[in-house]
Amino acid sequence: MHAIEFRNVSFRYEEDQPYVLRNVSFQVETGEWLAIIGHNGSGKSTIAKLMNGLLFPSEGEIFINGIPLTEENIWEIRSQVGMVFQNPDNQFVGTTVRDDVAFGLENRGVPRTEMMERITSSLEQVRMHDYLLHEPYRLSGGQKQRVAIAGVLAISPRVIILDEATAMLDPLGRKEILDTVHRVQAEQQIGLITITHDLNEVMQAERVLVMNNGEVWMTTVPRELVKKQTELQQIGLDVPFVSQLAHALQKLGVPLTEEPIDHEELLDTLWTLHSRK
Amino acid sequence: MDITFEKVDYTYQANSPFEHKALDSMSFHLPSGSFTAIVGHTGSGKSTLIQHLNGLIRPTNGKVRIGDYVLEPKKKPKHAKALREKVGIVFQYPEHQLFEETVEKDIAFGPRNFGVPEQEIQKRVAESARAVGLGEDLLKRSPFELSGGQMRRVAIAGILAVRPRVLVLDEPTAGLDPRGQKEIMDMFYRIHKEQQLTTLLVTHSMEDALAYADHVLVLDKGKKYMEGTPVEVFSQREALQQVQLDVPEMFQFLLKASDQFGKPLAYQGQDVERLAEQLAALAGDRDE
Repeated sequence: MHAIEFRNVSFRYEEDQPYVLRNVSFQVETGEWLAIIGHNGSGKSTIAKLMNGLLFPSEGEIFINGIPLTEENIWEIRSQVGMVFQNPDNQFVGTTVRDDVAFGLENRGVPRTEMMERITSSLEQVRMHDYLLHEPYRLSGGQKQRVAIAGVLAISPRVIILDEATAMLDPLGRKEILDTVHRVQAEQQIGLITITHDLNEVMQAERVLVMNNGEVWMTTVPRELVKKQTELQQIGLDVPFVSQLAHALQKLGVPLTEEPIDHEELLDTLWTLHSRK
Repeated sequence: MDITFEKVDYTYQANSPFEHKALDSMSFHLPSGSFTAIVGHTGSGKSTLIQHLNGLIRPTNGKVRIGDYVLEPKKKPKHAKALREKVGIVFQYPEHQLFEETVEKDIAFGPRNFGVPEQEIQKRVAESARAVGLGEDLLKRSPFELSGGQMRRVAIAGILAVRPRVLVLDEPTAGLDPRGQKEIMDMFYRIHKEQQLTTLLVTHSMEDALAYADHVLVLDKGKKYMEGTPVEVFSQREALQQVQLDVPEMFQFLLKASDQFGKPLAYQGQDVERLAEQLAALAGDRDE
């Protein structure tokens, strides 16, 4: 059973307006990491909003764990789809970090003892436990985002969606968050969807969905995706540094048989070529 | 305009259980016309630093000089409004601050607020829209009908229309796609040169610091940790890693390649194509 399935989904805000999404189909499996990329305005965030019922398809259907998403079961579905948005300021309700993480749990009637445990463990996972009694609005952007992620982890969802959630973090904070959600995803066999512009983040995902002008441009694996440097640049995207370098080497006639996924792979290949001479 | 910090401390909620020293004896000098990247991990004091630049906050101790303006503890700055006219701050996600009915009115809001004559405002609106690459056809549209990237350009045009001499950019490319990021940074760099501004860029992107800045200021725990040219700063990977930062990917790769081939490969301003040539030569080398 797919954790999430989009079946021929189209969306427009009003009937007299153009489609923001056209005939989008894809699946995310349980325990899988899917990255969604695309230029600004390509429809990525609309997909995220459709996934937890902030918007409903104009045409087509969405299934969460095999159940069609409807206006009737939306509340049930939302406890299975945890979402972290780009701007943490828009998602705080509590006056302390602890209260904020508790909010989602209270809404779901989690018993107090269990609530305390979940708050502790989710804040520890994002390394914000020292800030239990701090006021969220006084935290820096990156710290706020970690608290928002803790709030999502606390409700133990089946799927976590990060909508550009690491865009405002420093490089280390970004790595921490991704390592954390990736670990949780693997341990608990939940689906992870990251909507991002960070190319190195995309390379860590298992599969990639590329959006362009409201349509699915391609669904593939990172190693195949980076072969399309020119085409990706034409739609406002790019490939990581290591792929650019590999392609420049190929142009110079250096025989690279496989697309390198990171620095080490490229250097190993170069070293092998060097040693064979 | 020259910018000087002299032993600046800034303490949030002094004499309370929440007391927190965000800036600690910060001193530096940025000459007029320079382009400085300010880097540091989350909570290192970057935001507090830039809020001093237009007098949003004043130092708890020490002195901040921006051109002829001086900010000191306890003294209300005399010409706060004049200072704010000279220092334009592009905050994170500036498009969230748009509010007017049309793009034109939104861009005009800043200069109108500073009492610029109406005729002059029209001239500046046209000029700023052009500088950020907004077509004239967009001026009468509502800013809320535009794409995220265009909205950000409107917000930036509004700041340029005040004609600042110092431009402070707080993570200006956050949330933009790769092409949008490059376009916005190239645009700021062009404006920086054309208008001979003193520019401060707060960024997490070491790539941008290397590509655009002539000076890098590294902050840690409210203190100045390191400063120098990008090449000077990025030659010290271990020191940067100690404060949770890293060097640009090009530098990382050069270090690893030097290790692998046992030959030093230095950064000499090479681009990806030139680096590929160097690597091809290395890989093709015979082991004698």
